[in-house]
Amino acid sequence: MDIEKYKIPQISVFIENKKGRFYNTTNAMREAGVNIRAMSLADTMDFGILRFVVDKPKEAYDALIESDFIVKKNDIMAIAIDDECGGLSKLLKVVSDLDLNVEYMYTFVNSLDKRAVMLFKFEDIDSAIQKLSDSNINLLDQEYFNRI
Amino acid sequence: MFWNSREEEMTRDDIEKLQLELLVRNIDYAYENIPFYRDRFDEKGIKAKDIKSLKDLQNIPFTTKDDFRNNYPFGLFATDMKKIVRIHASSGTTGKPTVVGYTKKDLETWSNLVARIAVAAGVTDNDIVHIAFGYGLFTGGFGLHYGLEKVGASVVPASSGNTKRQIMLMQDYGATVLVCTPSYALHIGETAQKLGIDVHKDLKLKIGLLGAEPWSNQMRKKIEERLGLKAYDNYGLSEVMGPGVAGECEAQDGMHIAEDNFIVEIINPETGIPVEDGEYGELVVTPLTKEALPIFRYRTRDITRIKKDRCLCGRTFARMDKPIGRTDDMLIIRGVNVFPSQIEEVLFSIEGISPHYQIILERDGALDKATILVEANANLFFDEMKKQRQFMDRINAELKSALGIEITAKLVEPYSIERSEGKAKRIIDKRKF
Ligand SMILES: [Zn+2]
Repeated sequence: MDIEKYKIPQISVFIENKKGRFYNTTNAMREAGVNIRAMSLADTMDFGILRFVVDKPKEAYDALIESDFIVKKNDIMAIAIDDECGGLSKLLKVVSDLDLNVEYMYTFVNSLDKRAVMLFKFEDIDSAIQKLSDSNINLLDQEYFNRI
Repeated sequence: MFWNSREEEMTRDDIEKLQLELLVRNIDYAYENIPFYRDRFDEKGIKAKDIKSLKDLQNIPFTTKDDFRNNYPFGLFATDMKKIVRIHASSGTTGKPTVVGYTKKDLETWSNLVARIAVAAGVTDNDIVHIAFGYGLFTGGFGLHYGLEKVGASVVPASSGNTKRQIMLMQDYGATVLVCTPSYALHIGETAQKLGIDVHKDLKLKIGLLGAEPWSNQMRKKIEERLGLKAYDNYGLSEVMGPGVAGECEAQDGMHIAEDNFIVEIINPETGIPVEDGEYGELVVTPLTKEALPIFRYRTRDITRIKKDRCLCGRTFARMDKPIGRTDDMLIIRGVNVFPSQIEEVLFSIEGISPHYQIILERDGALDKATILVEANANLFFDEMKKQRQFMDRINAELKSALGIEITAKLVEPYSIERSEGKAKRIIDKRKF
């Protein structure tokens, strides 16, 4: 199988917990014509890490660098589950049985196709893609985020 | 290369003989011409004829910044204003500035000494020198300017401000030498990078003559990397002349002090007693060749040490270390003495830390709270919270082990720490005592 195909580029941004910084980040991307598909914020008292999945990762990255943000690019996985009771639980059982190490995860719901999408950062993404795909889990590719 | 080969290779005996001779002459001269010193010498019973060895210098009381203030503006001048051809003043942050004057002969002496340190760093008459020190009352700009003209270099008096324009000028004129403060040198490097300028290809800089603020060897490395030059430190202060008191040679192992023009001592700042050779203490300078302002034992408030062993370059003048701080910059955090340069040394030893930092001191109940703001960059940012915390913990642990006190590092966004075109503002003390 084509492992690369299921690597979803994610953009992480360092922000200080100061008024307006969150807005500035999203605004920089809006001005570059980038649509945010999913995002999460992890924060501490002092600073936060904003993570985005977007339709145009390269443009988003360049726009943020241009605006002097500290940005990192890395790959995560997107997995679709039925938006129904127990869907997430079933998936997490598989992940746990396969002994995959999750660094963090977040979610979003696509209202168009009634599916929930889970975004995972695994310690070893290549093996996660291989193993989850072997377990018949529904993996999404970047195409999916360009479409919606 | 030596500018004054004969003087710079004097033997220790000859240096001391000359110093004693000039000192005795100066005591007479000051007694005759400066009421302040006449009163002081009379009060202490000091007479030129009683000065038999350099050790007798220790009987002469110190001169301090307060003495300048109390005699503001021209009270310490030994000549009348007719002979004074230049006035400079230091930027006193509190109260009146210290005013200094120069006769024609003093300016001649000064530019000769600046020429000496420039040549020691490798500057020749083929160089194009970009001076980004502020011109004005501050001695840095004019001091370096005339010294470098004396060497025969082509001097571009760019002065401070408008960094982009400075870079354009350096690029267009092909500057080979940069003169400014270390923090501004870094800022120039950073701005050049932002403008997409390749310092190795687009700029021709070889030598940086940097000074006017304390900086660490780690900072030197960063400047050298960013600007593609060799950065040389030099030392001076307006009260005893200005830049040119001491400067690094190509060995970059301490700054040679112009001992044929100055006597230096290192004292314990608390007791005023000279420390053992090689120990750290406050630098005290007695200029020997000044016509307008021959002062004695000026307390510089700079903490450094002196070594007299032979330098690789062949110069015999003693060398002083980069000052590690100023007695008045010394922070007392939770009862522990800390110099900002010690903090800088720790920070810069951590791979990837940006050279811009600021120390914030606050009062948290009865306790001092010290925070260091460090600008984030791609090397210091981890996408995972766990790794990010580990990294911050590591900085805190290294600060703790080096300084013995709790200091918390905090990452801030790039460019959120104010850039300075002169001396960097490293400490914000919000404590109220
Ligand atoms: Zn040397």
